Amino acid sequence: MEYFLQLFFSGLSKGSVYALIALGYTMVYGIIELINFAHGEIYMIGAFTGLIVAGLLTALGWPVLAILAIAIVVAMFYSGAYGYTVEKIAYKPLRNAPRLAPLISAIGMSIFLQNYVMLAQTPDFLPFPNLVPDFAFMQPFKSFLGTSDLFIIVASIVVMAALNLFIKFTRMGKAMRATAQNRKMALLVGVNVDHVISMTFIIGSSLAAVGGVLIASHMGQINFYIGFIAGLKAFTAAVLGGIGSIPGAMLGGLVLGWTESFATGYVSSDYEDVFAFLLLVLILIFRPAGLLGKQRAQKV
Amino acid sequence: MAAESFVKNLKKSAVAALWLSFLTMPIMVIRVDTVEKTIAWRWMHLVWMLVGSFVFALAWHFLMDRRDRGGAATDANVEPTPSRFAVWLANPRVNRPLMALGLLFATAFPFLFSVYQTNILISALIYVVLGLGLNITVGLAGLLDLGYVAFYAVGAYAYALLNHHFHLGFWAVLPVGGILGAFFGILLGFPVLRLRGDYLAIVTLGFGEIVRLVLQNWDAFSFGPSGVSNIDRPGFFGITYSVDQATTYIYYLALLGVLLAIFVSGRLKDSRVGRAWLALREDEIACQAMGIDNTKAKLLAFAMGATFAGFMGVVFAAKTTYINPASFTFMESAMILAIVVLGGMGSIPGVILGAFLLMLLPEYMRAFSQYRMLLFGATMILVMVFRPQGLIRARRKIYKVNINTVDKA
Amino acid sequence: MSETRRDAVLSVRNMSMNFGGLRALSEVDFEVRKGEVVALIGPNGAGKTTFFNCITGIYAPTEGEVLATARDGKTRRINGMRTNLVCELGMARTFQNIRLFASMTALENVMIGRHCRTREGLFGAIFRGPGTRREEQEVVDKSYRLLQKVGLENVANEYASNLPYGAQRRLEIARALATEPFLLLLDEPAAGMNPQETLELKEMVIQIRHEFDVSVLLIEHDMKMVMSLSDRIYVMEYGRVIATGTPAEVSADPEVIRAYLGEESDA
Repeated sequence: MEYFLQLFFSGLSKGSVYALIALGYTMVYGIIELINFAHGEIYMIGAFTGLIVAGLLTALGWPVLAILAIAIVVAMFYSGAYGYTVEKIAYKPLRNAPRLAPLISAIGMSIFLQNYVMLAQTPDFLPFPNLVPDFAFMQPFKSFLGTSDLFIIVASIVVMAALNLFIKFTRMGKAMRATAQNRKMALLVGVNVDHVISMTFIIGSSLAAVGGVLIASHMGQINFYIGFIAGLKAFTAAVLGGIGSIPGAMLGGLVLGWTESFATGYVSSDYEDVFAFLLLVLILIFRPAGLLGKQRAQKV
Repeated sequence: MAAESFVKNLKKSAVAALWLSFLTMPIMVIRVDTVEKTIAWRWMHLVWMLVGSFVFALAWHFLMDRRDRGGAATDANVEPTPSRFAVWLANPRVNRPLMALGLLFATAFPFLFSVYQTNILISALIYVVLGLGLNITVGLAGLLDLGYVAFYAVGAYAYALLNHHFHLGFWAVLPVGGILGAFFGILLGFPVLRLRGDYLAIVTLGFGEIVRLVLQNWDAFSFGPSGVSNIDRPGFFGITYSVDQATTYIYYLALLGVLLAIFVSGRLKDSRVGRAWLALREDEIACQAMGIDNTKAKLLAFAMGATFAGFMGVVFAAKTTYINPASFTFMESAMILAIVVLGGMGSIPGVILGAFLLMLLPEYMRAFSQYRMLLFGATMILVMVFRPQGLIRARRKIYKVNINTVDKA
Repeated sequence: MSETRRDAVLSVRNMSMNFGGLRALSEVDFEVRKGEVVALIGPNGAGKTTFFNCITGIYAPTEGEVLATARDGKTRRINGMRTNLVCELGMARTFQNIRLFASMTALENVMIGRHCRTREGLFGAIFRGPGTRREEQEVVDKSYRLLQKVGLENVANEYASNLPYGAQRRLEIARALATEPFLLLLDEPAAGMNPQETLELKEMVIQIRHEFDVSVLLIEHDMKMVMSLSDRIYVMEYGRVIATGTPAEVSADPEVIRAYLGEESDA
């Protein structure tokens, strides 16, 4: 039972991070129908920014929780800025191009950012300090739920709730929903579509950065390549839940996290990544619209 | 007017340079080690970044202005008239002698240059064939396959394992490699057929990773990360060669492979099948409404591209005599895609040029070799934004109408 | 519900199409007889293109039956049949928002239409034997002749995307004809054309019906063209057929005047 709970909670925390990254994919896809391949790299850049902030503040001797908070905020800011810039360089000029063009440019951006970080930092793994202290009240649950797992779960819930409120009630959130439904109509009723697209990239990227810092602190090390696999899995989560659907991304993240956790726990740990990809292929064959997605009619 | 817009561009570029430098500041300048508790400040990077991004932004704005003034060139719905150079190159009187000269040079190459150079060229030739294969899937049929390297791995492992366990020779396995490639192409094709372009991209990416991970983890089958070594070089009626001679021999095999690939993809491009692929790429709905079985066309495109990769995998294993999963990462797929994109999707001479450029330039500019993938990534973005047709635009065949039968009707 | 007449090439019975909760087509009965030109008219959003999509297999109708009688004289139920098979059976269409293959030449666009009437495969393409060469030449010649029919032979080697609008519409018709249809489905063929071009288009449709022995079903907003060209007209509103008959009958129908002509007159 304890083993089961352990897997359950590690799946839950992993899944929450996938969900955080998946939100970026799903929001961007909802608005401009593009798979932002570089999104995983934005998450990785968030983790690196977090590491740099943590390194600087640790040297100054700040308390751990303050470092964590600042690292997350700065990483969110920088990832958001990267997301904004990536859109301006690689996607905006291609908005009227054939479908394949922005996809290829997105892959190019992903490769570029990976190698940029590799060259500017290091090709090796860098140690990441543990920014989440062990709370005393967690002692009885320690055997199956670590503090950082709990922290990840709680932080993800808070962030996602905030996102939901933002989308439901703010002006920008409404403009986003309108643009996702019908870009032309949104433009006609006076929505600044360019603005909405930029904002979508910024928000999606910032959310990924939260996931980046939290998971880096949990795992204890990062390198330039972490974004690639995490991005792929988060995309799987987004598709699993139904791409374009925000609750879908959250659900998809959790399902994927649990699938991985239980499959590696009970079947084989060698093939952790294979399970995710198999799941992706299976959903796309049997339910391409995802769990919560709606099948859209083709426009002829 | 020109001066005015130049000043405007200067201002815009200065802003862009400041923004990009600010953006890249933490990662470019600061490097921390939280265990050793050291912080390295590399302020020189910031200076380079300021200058570099300013120059980059200036060039970007210049090209963007030109692109927007050209208008037509980026509009997906208008095909611009070909440049005079392209017309000149398309003239058989010009390109036939050029091709003959190229072939002559290629044939003489191993006798003119060292084994080292020949080896480099073999790799380039292998990538020409891989590029031409992926060109069928991506360039002609418009199916973005990001797991192409998996088929290459299938061919390579087919030879390595059959050779290791059963001592089968190169020539016996070569067709097996091609057939296995095609088989895996269809295997992957079936589930992804119904998917739209972008889903297809990600599933093929996942598929490529699955193949690599299985090869890496299934020790009993593939010997895991350490791979297979001591693979036989190709024989020729039982004669054994020295290493140098074998290199020359493999060189000619690769060259033959290139010629075959050019021939086959050239024939396919202007055939009933090739036209169906093109129609599929241009408009899936109209394609099917005009009576083309999209499923069949897609499967055929996947299988055809994969076959090329399967064959080349066998050649690759025979060339290096040692393979492991690290040779078949996503970066290889990305590189082959970059070759097709840079050269010009659907254009055979373009893909050949692209392969030589992307394979040989980093080889001869060793100082830049660590920037190779960085430049590949940048190339893919810049080509898509400024020259989506690639270096050499694909041209359509002008069909000869048989006037007699037409007049009779 | 009327009994299907023996000479019907397309008969639709009681067809409905739902998208989720939205009923786009409701109990449509429809018939095209051999050699007829039938027009389908109605205000925007009445479900005309959805109707086309339902009978050509792009959508599978939720209810009802679509029966087609091909040139071989056999009647088949084609609900939800794959689009390419519908085309192969002999129902070829054009699109309201032109869907040509932009980076292929005009001639090649028509050659695509020949795809389902030819057989050359992968190996034929690679080895290009005498059989393949003969077939290819036939495809080229037939396609060229079709271009002549629609007056585009001079631009045979131009990229489709470089043609003027009216020429693109005619190219779509040539491409559809290349599939040797028994029923030609035209979705707003005169949209965006000037009166002179529209007149030429009308002449062309009459000639094509005659020469290729096809029935024609067209969706069209140009009333002058519809009234002078069609044998019968169906009027659709909110996914229902509200009137049907000869041009004279339909234009006298008060329901139609209210629903459609009245609105159209101020356009």
